[in-house]
Amino acid sequence: MTTATWVTGLAVAAPTGLTVEEYWAATLAGRSAIGPVTRFDASSYPARLAGEITGFAAEEHLPSRLLPQTDRMTQLALAGSDWAFANAGVDPAQLPEFDIGVITASHSGGFEFGQNELRALWSKGGRYVSAYQSFAWFYAVNSGQISIRHGLRGPSSVVVSDQAGGLDAVAQARRQIRKGTPMVISGAVDASLCPWGWVAQLTSGRLSTRDDPGRAYLPFDDDAAGHVPGEGGALLVLESAEHARTRGAGRVYGEIAGYAATTDPRRGSGREPTLRNAIEGALADAGVEPADIGAVFADAAAVPELDRVEAEAIAKVFGPSAVPVTAPKTMTGRLYSGAAPLDLAAAFLALRDGVIPPTINIRPSRRYDLDLVTGAPRAAPLRCVLVVARGHGGLNSAMVVRAVDRPAPPNR
Amino acid sequence: MPRSQFTLDELRTVLREAAGTDEGVDLDGDIIDVSFDALGYESLALLETASRIERDHGISLDEEALVAAKTPRELIDLVNAHLAAA
Repeated sequence: MTTATWVTGLAVAAPTGLTVEEYWAATLAGRSAIGPVTRFDASSYPARLAGEITGFAAEEHLPSRLLPQTDRMTQLALAGSDWAFANAGVDPAQLPEFDIGVITASHSGGFEFGQNELRALWSKGGRYVSAYQSFAWFYAVNSGQISIRHGLRGPSSVVVSDQAGGLDAVAQARRQIRKGTPMVISGAVDASLCPWGWVAQLTSGRLSTRDDPGRAYLPFDDDAAGHVPGEGGALLVLESAEHARTRGAGRVYGEIAGYAATTDPRRGSGREPTLRNAIEGALADAGVEPADIGAVFADAAAVPELDRVEAEAIAKVFGPSAVPVTAPKTMTGRLYSGAAPLDLAAAFLALRDGVIPPTINIRPSRRYDLDLVTGAPRAAPLRCVLVVARGHGGLNSAMVVRAVDRPAPPNR
Repeated sequence: MPRSQFTLDELRTVLREAAGTDEGVDLDGDIIDVSFDALGYESLALLETASRIERDHGISLDEEALVAAKTPRELIDLVNAHLAAA
């Protein structure tokens, strides 16, 4: 019998909140953080809206030694790692150093840092490029810096698979826990709201070019026209059930119960997309039936063809309009690798509180057989929730999270 | 007479801008003979520091000599030797 992987700590860095409870309250209230880009002058670009994190001053959270060597995404991830361990009631220094690993996902690395150094290179010359550019831009830098900050010497890696990576990293963390590492901090934080990151994302052709924040990112709506990028993500402390029980973990948000990933066939091959297989694989891995899933947190691309594929996959697995579907990322924009970990956090909070957060702004299309939760949160007794994430190029990942029943803790 | 002297105060400024300050380290204290290691600066921090000194002063420091400079005094002496030769 393989060990169960529990989530015992959460931290979020979202445009709608920098603490778990602030984010959750905003999410249930349907508060959007999508607005005009303020981090740089986007007025001359085709896309001009973003989900920005405001009110994060890195110097309030990190020593000055780390500031010159870190991109914004790393600063958010480092602060997030502090919050996640605190939320789990864990002081990493008190555990054997090889007992904790760190496995994050990354979409594009430290873009803003890289942009600044490239600008220095071509405007002033190579002597003006920071020595820290050597690693500060790199995909693995969040894992590396978290490892150094907390003295973690367990399995450490990065997964790069666009938005699907947020689930793929957590799945990799679960593999390491099954192999014997007691604890892994996982998830992802992405932030590339800078001109270089922006033009890179524009090449996907999937960014919304609308200016009305309420009509810009409309998944599963007949008016869907691409997504709004955002920044942030979430970090989760994953732990073997035995380790959590032995140390008397104060919180258990639930279990990473099932996971599967697929790659779509080449476009034009005539073969079916494989998202359905990923969902069925995740259910089978969790040992649950479609009827056991109380809610689906959708990938919600807001590109009509991709919405159709996702809606059909969900309807085929669960039956037409047979499971509540939601996309709280309509409030934050798509956070790339950070999106799915944030959805996982929301899924665990949904399990805890028995409530499904809403999808905002959309009028569900009649073309899709989906029961979308819109307007207001919906109360529901939840035991299992499915999270879906897709990456550019046909990457599909699906993860089932499940509530964990624990005996009431003794009175202290 | 060298054209200019590189001072400890200037090094402090460059270190702060290039690499920040470790928690628990008082850069304004008596650090002239304290090892960079003890001050919390690893090789990359010193590389970035040296790079800034080089471009501010228009000099080029020998890499091996740079690696051999283990304390502020040794680095300051190295820089001043280059300034005197420039």
